[in-house]
Amino acid sequence: MAVCIAVIAKENYPLYIRSVPCQNELKFHYTVHTSLDVVEEKVSAVGKSLADQRELYLGLLYPTEDYKVYGYVTNSKVKFVIVVDSSNTSLRDNEIRSMFRKLHNSFTDVMCNPFYNPGDPIQSKAFNGIVSGMMVQTG
Amino acid sequence: MESLTLSDVEQKYYSELFVYCDTDNTKKVASNGRVLDLFRAAQLPSEVVLQITELCGATRLGHFGRSQFYIALKLIAIAQSGLPLRVESLNSVKDLPLPRFVVGKNEAEARHAALYQDADSQGLYPAPGTALIPRPPGRGLQNKKGPPSSTSLPAHEVIQPLAPSIEAQPEPTSPVISPHQSPPTSPHSWRKHKRQHSGGNADRQQVVAATGAVWTQFREPQTGPVTGDGMWSSHSPPPPLPPSQESWVSFTADTPPSSTLPAMHPSSVQESTTIRTVASAATTNEIQRQSSGYDDPWKITDEQRQYYINQFKTIQPDLTGLIPGSAAKEFFTKSKLPILELSHIWELSDFDKDGALTLDEFCAAFHLVVARKNGYDLPEKLPESLMPKLIDLDDSAEVPEPAAEVGFSASPVEVTPNKSPSMPSLNQAWPEMNQSNEQWETFSERSSSSQTLTQFDSNIAPADPDTAIVHPVPIRMTPSKIHMQEMELKRTGSDHNHPTSPLLAKPPELSEETKLPPSMKFVAANTVGDGYSSSDSFTSDPEPITRQRSQSGASPEALKVVAPPPPPPRPQQSHSRSSSLDMNRTFAATAAPGQPQPSAIAFPPAVPPRPLPTQSSVPLTGHRVEAEGVPAGGAVLTTTSPQQIPQQPNFADFSQFQAFAASEQPSSLPDIDKHSEAGQADKISEGAGPLRTVKSDGPADERTSATVNSAKGSSGPLAPPPKPVRRRLKSEDELRPEDEQIGPQKAAAIAAPLTSQPSISRSVGKDKKAIQASIRRNKETNTVLARLNSELQQQLKDLLEERISLEVQLEQLRPFSHL
Repeated sequence: MAVCIAVIAKENYPLYIRSVPCQNELKFHYTVHTSLDVVEEKVSAVGKSLADQRELYLGLLYPTEDYKVYGYVTNSKVKFVIVVDSSNTSLRDNEIRSMFRKLHNSFTDVMCNPFYNPGDPIQSKAFNGIVSGMMVQTG
Repeated sequence: MESLTLSDVEQKYYSELFVYCDTDNTKKVASNGRVLDLFRAAQLPSEVVLQITELCGATRLGHFGRSQFYIALKLIAIAQSGLPLRVESLNSVKDLPLPRFVVGKNEAEARHAALYQDADSQGLYPAPGTALIPRPPGRGLQNKKGPPSSTSLPAHEVIQPLAPSIEAQPEPTSPVISPHQSPPTSPHSWRKHKRQHSGGNADRQQVVAATGAVWTQFREPQTGPVTGDGMWSSHSPPPPLPPSQESWVSFTADTPPSSTLPAMHPSSVQESTTIRTVASAATTNEIQRQSSGYDDPWKITDEQRQYYINQFKTIQPDLTGLIPGSAAKEFFTKSKLPILELSHIWELSDFDKDGALTLDEFCAAFHLVVARKNGYDLPEKLPESLMPKLIDLDDSAEVPEPAAEVGFSASPVEVTPNKSPSMPSLNQAWPEMNQSNEQWETFSERSSSSQTLTQFDSNIAPADPDTAIVHPVPIRMTPSKIHMQEMELKRTGSDHNHPTSPLLAKPPELSEETKLPPSMKFVAANTVGDGYSSSDSFTSDPEPITRQRSQSGASPEALKVVAPPPPPPRPQQSHSRSSSLDMNRTFAATAAPGQPQPSAIAFPPAVPPRPLPTQSSVPLTGHRVEAEGVPAGGAVLTTTSPQQIPQQPNFADFSQFQAFAASEQPSSLPDIDKHSEAGQADKISEGAGPLRTVKSDGPADERTSATVNSAKGSSGPLAPPPKPVRRRLKSEDELRPEDEQIGPQKAAAIAAPLTSQPSISRSVGKDKKAIQASIRRNKETNTVLARLNSELQQQLKDLLEERISLEVQLEQLRPFSHL
């Protein structure tokens, strides 16, 4: 269960960011922002030999004492960032991957909507539903 | 109050009216909207109405009881007929016509009409939510002038124009039910409109003037449709309004300012007639639609569907085709709904998420747009009646079917449309997996699949190794468990990073023989099939060697090979020959974990044709024995060597034994062996040496021991002692020859001795024990080798990790390049 989920566009501005409301959202916004650097680093590092496909899932970007940040980049340089609580140790890598996969699929659906202009904030209810399903259930 | 005697007709009529007014079903009608409307519909001056109310006693009671209501109705009738309102006149007036409620209660009127016209009184329409009056299409709307200004809500405005038009053509129709959503627009404008257009009754105008908020409730829609009632009386669910829809469409086409829909366009657009301005049409549609579904507010009526289909055709002539997203966007943007809502509608209606709309999806989207325009909130999920059905509507366009049915039939089937999300995901899954398994994707599959960018495999795609495709578990045709073990060992231990070595794959079999268990396994496999055994046997030898080589090589590939999810099924899994089937599975299993498939693929070609079918069977058995015997000692081999020596130059052992066999072949065998050895030396250059030596040492030792044992138990025709000796010397040689593919001859040669061996060995009872002992030894060797394998693999992984970390460091040190 994620604490914060963000979708960042290619130009590194957020398309969608949502946090568990009870916490200091600004902190998560800042975390996501700083994680972009790590994402860039990983992407540029891997993208050397373009022959071999770059893995979309970037894995753990960096852990802090409170939480862990995972990243995922699409081929169009749209980044997904998930922040999970460190105390949630039951979250396996595969689960994170599946969460990213779902996010990516939902994002694709949003993109397919002709009424969505790329670059606009994502306001799709379906996307919101998917994200809600992934967010921590704070009761 | 005074007693009231009503004629039968009157009684019926009144009771109906009462029931209609008795919305609360309390048997008493308060001065609610309906009553007031009814009274106003009577087109009586308000003071008259008040008087009537007083007279009937409602004023005192505060509400209309049934009797009061009846009295009131009668008084209305009296008043309408111009008689003075007197209580006495209630009963005295004879032949009093029934009160006419013109403007007011459409329902009343309708009912009235219905009463007298068709027995099936439309009765009370169910309360709100019942169909609204779909404007009868083609009604020759006379209200050319669109609804006058006002119209806060387009929806209602729609009604307005309709109303006038309808009123212009009053028809006895079934009562119209007020929409369950009260149109907010004020009736006033509408009234005026009516006045202008209706030209029907002065009364109406009166009523118009008198109207109050009450009318707003459902009036507009009602009045509008009043005239249309007739049309709808035919079918109780409010008829949809295709014409209005059309007008609506045309409306959108004109793209009038979104402000007031009603403001629209009069005339012009209509295909059918009507003035209905788009908005009005739309709203009527909506209202109709909304109220139409008694049970399903989202049901698309036939007319609506027909209308939608017509609209679809304007964009896409082919009813089975798709409307691209951009075209749909333009079309629906004309409806002037906010983009956010249109986006939501699109999400709901694009069922297969392909960015295009089929006819069904289009109809659903259109329906939702109209509903939204009429003020209905968009649902969170697509209603079932709007779900696209899998079947095309080509025919249904002509034969409209209830949308609900369509929906139901469609939804379950919808799972399998060719655009099902699962399929693209699967297709995408492959590329992803292929991409990740670059290493072993040396064979054909890699090229195309690795380039696909659709990496975001859908949920179905088993990106993680857990759910990835599981390589086929080898099912050995031979019932030997050893084979399974060996296969497991091979699979786990070896990294077939050398796809190009079919020979290597095959030879391992033979080498295994020298190495014990694995070889035994393959030998058995060989025996199973046709004459592959011999060739397989010796071809198998190189395999372990190669594997060892690969392992020791600590090639990153190996590690990578292991890591990525299993590759898609190898194209060349199947082996033409039955025996090789086993081999295929075997090697497929081994390669499945990530080893290069080519190794498996290579096997089939590696197997040389067997020149001697007879020998094939023999060698098969011989091989089995040989497997045991090889480690165990040349005794067995020697037995078979005599015949098959020429075919198995790889088996140096055999050559020696062949000499024993005192056949020409044996003699030739050594020669062949020598040749093969010489050749092998070259082939060995691959570098399997070190490992091989290691391994060979092991197996050699084992073999030695085995040979010793076997020597004890062997029949003895072969020369065990020389075999062990030879083994030590030639352990590598054996491996080497096994590495390469020997020609058929050699295979045959080997096969022959092998076959002879068993016969000879079997002849001796001790051989059995020896064989069993050798089997055990082979197993032990197997485990040892397996351990060695795992250790080497571990080393390999470590090395790979180191390498990766170094690479990462290197990358980090490098200046950041562009993203």
